[in-house]
Amino acid sequence: MILSCHDVTVAYDSKIAVDHVSFEVNEGEYVCIVGENGSGKSTLLKSILKLVPLKCGSVTFGPEIQRKRLGYLPQQTNIQKDFPASVYEVVLSGCLNRRGLNPFYSKADKEQAMMHMERLGIGDFKKRSFSALSGGQQQRVLLARALCATDKLLLLDEPVTGLDPLVTEELYQLIEQLNKELGVTIIMVSHDISSSIQYADKILHINQSLLFYGDTKSYVTTELGKRFLKCS
Amino acid sequence: MLEILHDLFSYTFIVRALIVGTLVSLCAALLGVSLVLKRYSMIGDGLSHVGFGALAVAVAFNWAPLPVAIPVVVVAAFLLLRLSENSKIKGDSAIALIASSSLAIGVTVISLASGQNVDVYSYMFGSILAMTESDVYVSIALSVVVLILFIVFYNKIFAVTFDENFAKATGTRANLYNMLIALLTAVTIVVGMRIMGTMLISSLIIFPALSAMRIFRQFRAVVIASAVISVVCFFIGLVVSYAFSTPTGASIVIVNLIMFLLCLSAGMIRKKVT
Repeated sequence: MILSCHDVTVAYDSKIAVDHVSFEVNEGEYVCIVGENGSGKSTLLKSILKLVPLKCGSVTFGPEIQRKRLGYLPQQTNIQKDFPASVYEVVLSGCLNRRGLNPFYSKADKEQAMMHMERLGIGDFKKRSFSALSGGQQQRVLLARALCATDKLLLLDEPVTGLDPLVTEELYQLIEQLNKELGVTIIMVSHDISSSIQYADKILHINQSLLFYGDTKSYVTTELGKRFLKCS
Repeated sequence: MLEILHDLFSYTFIVRALIVGTLVSLCAALLGVSLVLKRYSMIGDGLSHVGFGALAVAVAFNWAPLPVAIPVVVVAAFLLLRLSENSKIKGDSAIALIASSSLAIGVTVISLASGQNVDVYSYMFGSILAMTESDVYVSIALSVVVLILFIVFYNKIFAVTFDENFAKATGTRANLYNMLIALLTAVTIVVGMRIMGTMLISSLIIFPALSAMRIFRQFRAVVIASAVISVVCFFIGLVVSYAFSTPTGASIVIVNLIMFLLCLSAGMIRKKVT
């Protein structure tokens, strides 16, 4: 068990966004969180990351993860269009969570940043401006940054929004590689149900409260799964 | 030219202004990059007005100006930061409200205490004569602290400026560093506003960062360029103000404006070429 959510409830003002959701994720699994717009998918992910306060319930991580060793790929819109930062600076900032009290990056951090950039095919972009890259390239940079922050658990919030189909496919394959080859546990919020079914081991369907959590194979045979697949 | 420089350094008050001004320009430029990128530019403006009110009260009661103004402005900085994070209250109108109120209180206090021969003009637009010897020591100490903290927390400041949510999610205490930035800004503004004036100090924070961002696309390069531009503009402005007897703060802002326009056109030309 790498992550355990127990009775997680989040409310904005008086409106309940996530309602008493409990589930567990095991090491090495690939979980997709699906649901309609406004169903609380992103909020659930943010509550795991402690970006929104819990109204009740708890989020606990397995012993292999301390809180700081999480990787997170936010929705693209969070980052400003004209921010002056090189690709290398962005990727390296992922190493910050293991610096502790030492304020400067070590040689090992820099080597790791380079290694992840090579792995994701952006090694040549080291000195390029982050904001001048295409959407798909930016997502790779942010994925490299997330990998600097973790080798265990990666949380992604709609990573393919706004990408064209070819780039989307490439990104999905990269994420699958990380899952299968490096054994990184993946938890992804997705509105793209057909790809979710293609790649994920488990599906978590939420509409404020938890509607389904289990194997992808059994999800597609449920009424809920069939209906949701047909709609999209 | 050399003669002007020689003359310049023979006046104690100018040497003081030069030392303090250079340090303040450096601090303001470094912090400015983060403030501009976080869309907090107006906080600098708001804080300088609060500083004006605090200084006016301090002078009216014959208190030492810096020890009164710094804590007041630091508190205001935390308050403004809270307001801009809270989406229910519009941050920009809150800043305007606090800024104009502080200005009004300051002007009223000064006019009530006018028997003590206080010059509003020099507060508003700065005065090169404002620095006493003890002010210089306090200013140097504060600026050095700001510089050291900025360098030590540089990587964290970058992370929090670039993507606050990622920083928070991976365990960086983003709110702490936001407060640190606000604190350092508050100190820089209070120290700098004596020379630059209430109305003009915020330009020292905003202009160099904007100029540097026209030309450079890397964070580190922008930070360094911003610092260099700021110090160079301050020095040129000071010399110009001495040579032509123009107001110091205003001269420095005009030099910064010219520098910004140069960087703007350089950036535009480069964009066309590539």
